[in-house]
Amino acid sequence: MKTWTVGSLTHYIQELLEFDPQLGDVWLSGELSNVSHSSAGHLYFTLKDATAAIRCVMWRSVVEKVTWAPAQGTAALAHGRISVYSVQGNYQLVVDQLQPIGLGDLYNQFERLREQLKAEGLFDDARKRLLPAFPKLLGIVTSPQAAALRDVLNVIGRRYPLVRIRLAPTLVQGTTAPPQIVAALQAVDADDEVDAILLVRGGGSLEELWAFNDEQVARAIAACRHPVVCGVGHETDFTIADFVADVRAPTPSAAAELAVPDQAELRQRVGLRARQIEQALRRRLSLARQATDQQRRALQRLSPQTQIEARRQQVDDLSQRAGRSLGHALALHHSQLAGWQARLAALSPLAVLERGYAIVRQQDTGAIVRQVEQVAPGDRLSVRVQDGEFGATVRSGA
Amino acid sequence: MSDVQDAAATAKNLSFEDALAELEAAVRQLEEGNLPLTEAIALYERGMGLAQQCSDLLDGAQLQVEQLTLVNGRQQRGFFFADEQA
Repeated sequence: MKTWTVGSLTHYIQELLEFDPQLGDVWLSGELSNVSHSSAGHLYFTLKDATAAIRCVMWRSVVEKVTWAPAQGTAALAHGRISVYSVQGNYQLVVDQLQPIGLGDLYNQFERLREQLKAEGLFDDARKRLLPAFPKLLGIVTSPQAAALRDVLNVIGRRYPLVRIRLAPTLVQGTTAPPQIVAALQAVDADDEVDAILLVRGGGSLEELWAFNDEQVARAIAACRHPVVCGVGHETDFTIADFVADVRAPTPSAAAELAVPDQAELRQRVGLRARQIEQALRRRLSLARQATDQQRRALQRLSPQTQIEARRQQVDDLSQRAGRSLGHALALHHSQLAGWQARLAALSPLAVLERGYAIVRQQDTGAIVRQVEQVAPGDRLSVRVQDGEFGATVRSGA
Repeated sequence: MSDVQDAAATAKNLSFEDALAELEAAVRQLEEGNLPLTEAIALYERGMGLAQQCSDLLDGAQLQVEQLTLVNGRQQRGFFFADEQA
């Protein structure tokens, strides 16, 4: 059996409670009691109903934003998370929003309707639609005389004057307001061109804002085909319309800011894109220049001019070599010829004749006379000497 | 120059949203860097025309407010006049 220490068990309970997603996001309605302000500026109170009570604490930073005086016996709606105060072994609701929900009947009505619509799923996150980034036509449902409309138009005119506004005027307080709000919502929602609808009203008392806790208004918001931004009252005011709208804005001006983009940012974005496209083109051009340079170099290598020059040089070179070798061959032939001539000259009989010899032939036969017995007296001979021939007759034999 | 004017002229019909979307698509396409040069230059000129259109639209815009009124049970649209409209 495990024995806990007080601290370890408290720590375990603390983790159970504080890590629970349900308990981290609580809307709690009940009656205020034991309200006490601490010297540090925090507010301690208990929310109770007929059967139970829960301790609540609101830190000074939140207390400073509360525009009403939470008092004993007031019905209130609180939002916060459950946490454990280990020193005293308490669990408590750490409240970040607190608003009165009226007295008696109003409170009960609010609570009943909130529970009912919630059970029907009208507050589900899955139902919430996104607002278009660049609306062309915005419907506004509000009172044309109210300061809230002026604020909204100022904000939209400053941020995004490109949008067209279609105002559906309506009363925004009193018992005749809810059916008018419903009709105005339906009138702007009927046009397919509408991108989103702003339902706005400035601050007021709980009773003055009551039209926005009306069931028919809530159902009309839920039935809209276009997303609805609800900006009613001040930051601390919560209405049923806020819960059912696609987007809840704390004030009318905030609703306007959520509904349209800001032209200062858009101008920056356009400027940035213009610079980016310029840089991209610059890069593309330098890429093209590099490619061109590369091609030009390749082309230079391949160009006929270069080829012709190369061939010309080749021809030049060859002809020089041809010239040189032809010269050699001629010289060689010359010297060979001279050699043969000299040898021929040495062998020529004429050369012998020059030295005083003569060639003797039989005149009739032309036969060369080499021996004495070849001739007989009376034979006619022909004698060849160096410069010519003459006839001779044999006188006597051997 | 005339191409730039043409690109700007055709961008004139675009809404802010469409012009911005096309501009951003052009930036992406050109940044990918695979386009033939003539197309890249045309895209750049188009992009600059689109950026100009975006600026022109913002410069020239004036908030238009119309009001729905119920006349004999029928919705009608009219101009909205407020005493202190800025």
